[in-house]
Amino acid sequence: MAALRSSTSALLGAAASRPALRIARAGVPAAVRGMADLASGATHSNTASGENAKLKTFQIYRWNPDQPTEKPRMQAYTLDLNKTGPMVLDALIRIKNEIDPTLTFRRSCREGICGSCAMNINGTNTLACLCRIPAEDNSELKIYPLPHTYVVKDLVPDLTQFYKQYKSIKPYLQRDTPSPDGKEYRQSKADRKKLDGLYECILCACCSTSCPSYWWNSEEYLGPAILLQSYRWLADSRDEKTLQRRDALNNSMSLYRCHTILNCTRTCPKGLNPGLAIQSIKKEMAL
Amino acid sequence: MIAQRVGTTALRRVAGKPNAFITANNLARSLSTSQTRPVATQKISADEARAILDKQRLQRPVSPHLDIYDKQQTWFGGSIWQRFTGSAFSGGLYAFGIAYLAAPALGWHLESSSLIAAFGALPAAVKASVKFLAAWPFVFHAFNGVRHLTLDLGYGMARQTIVKGGWYVWGASFVGGLALALFY
Repeated sequence: MAALRSSTSALLGAAASRPALRIARAGVPAAVRGMADLASGATHSNTASGENAKLKTFQIYRWNPDQPTEKPRMQAYTLDLNKTGPMVLDALIRIKNEIDPTLTFRRSCREGICGSCAMNINGTNTLACLCRIPAEDNSELKIYPLPHTYVVKDLVPDLTQFYKQYKSIKPYLQRDTPSPDGKEYRQSKADRKKLDGLYECILCACCSTSCPSYWWNSEEYLGPAILLQSYRWLADSRDEKTLQRRDALNNSMSLYRCHTILNCTRTCPKGLNPGLAIQSIKKEMAL
Repeated sequence: MIAQRVGTTALRRVAGKPNAFITANNLARSLSTSQTRPVATQKISADEARAILDKQRLQRPVSPHLDIYDKQQTWFGGSIWQRFTGSAFSGGLYAFGIAYLAAPALGWHLESSSLIAAFGALPAAVKASVKFLAAWPFVFHAFNGVRHLTLDLGYGMARQTIVKGGWYVWGASFVGGLALALFY
């Protein structure tokens, strides 16, 4: 982050800070002029910073809802990796700050706990904040939104259907009997252990949008993320609606569109195993 | 609360400026609590907002999927080839069955003896490749089928095992297919 800041000020020269820009505007709309200066400055510094520059080109998917007739396109941005943080999200933020403020993406926690920056980087879905920029080769880094989603703008996918499906599995504790001590619903250590590897899911949708079966059937198939969440409640010893939960999955589409392709397990940025969770549900239903 | 904000915003702005610029005019501007942004906004009702959203939703493109996703996963993970090889065999069975039924009417000779005679007359290289083209899908389908059965039982589901298992099936199916084609 510090590196990011210092590079910004270097780009803008001595009068770097915002207030200085404000004074200098003299009647011209500040934002417009400021951005233009930033853009030309950034490209200039990137191409002219000498032999030490480690240039990397990022090809990023662009689509603007304000020009809906224009087809989605790939736009190239070149950054000097010496002045950029190590992660892809650092690069995206730097591009947005210094080269092109119109680039749109979701981000929040920058440490892999919120799931906002899920996107397709070099062919695999992952969180931009947990994905290092591959520095060893000079090949272009390709960034797309999560596959087979409706694009709101640039790298922002519409996850309405995903959240609706999450709601449909009733992701909360359901029980009728009150707890014996009137305070807590207790469970054994062994029962609690069953939830490990399930409760850590942050619902970033990387796994669901990596699944070809979910691409073709997202209307009815729940997809790996939601099924993992579903298993989290099926496996919970405190939940009393296990049978109803199973019943809701017992049709040809909701669960059984899983064909064990296992892209989900291979892509999960949190290292969880949605594939195994789905197999566990299938086993529970069958046996 | 507001007084505090006045203080902090003013401080923040003054701090960023060289001293020479602190004139009365700039000080006054610094003291204002609202930041100016050169954008125009307009108020719309909830219904209008909904209409704009609905219109936008109709125009949204679907993001690229099969073309851009890692080929090693979608194409060489093995799962789709289980379907391809299975479809090829069942398709072949149906095609041959129907042809065999229609053969007497059309005057074709699809009896075992004539097929064997025709195949025997081919050059050795063609024989081997035809046999491989039939043997490889069979071996692949058999090996990968066993792999899928173990996966269905919940074994070998670790990430590394999944990746390795896929490549083992590819390797084994090529070796097995070649063996069947060349030695049987």
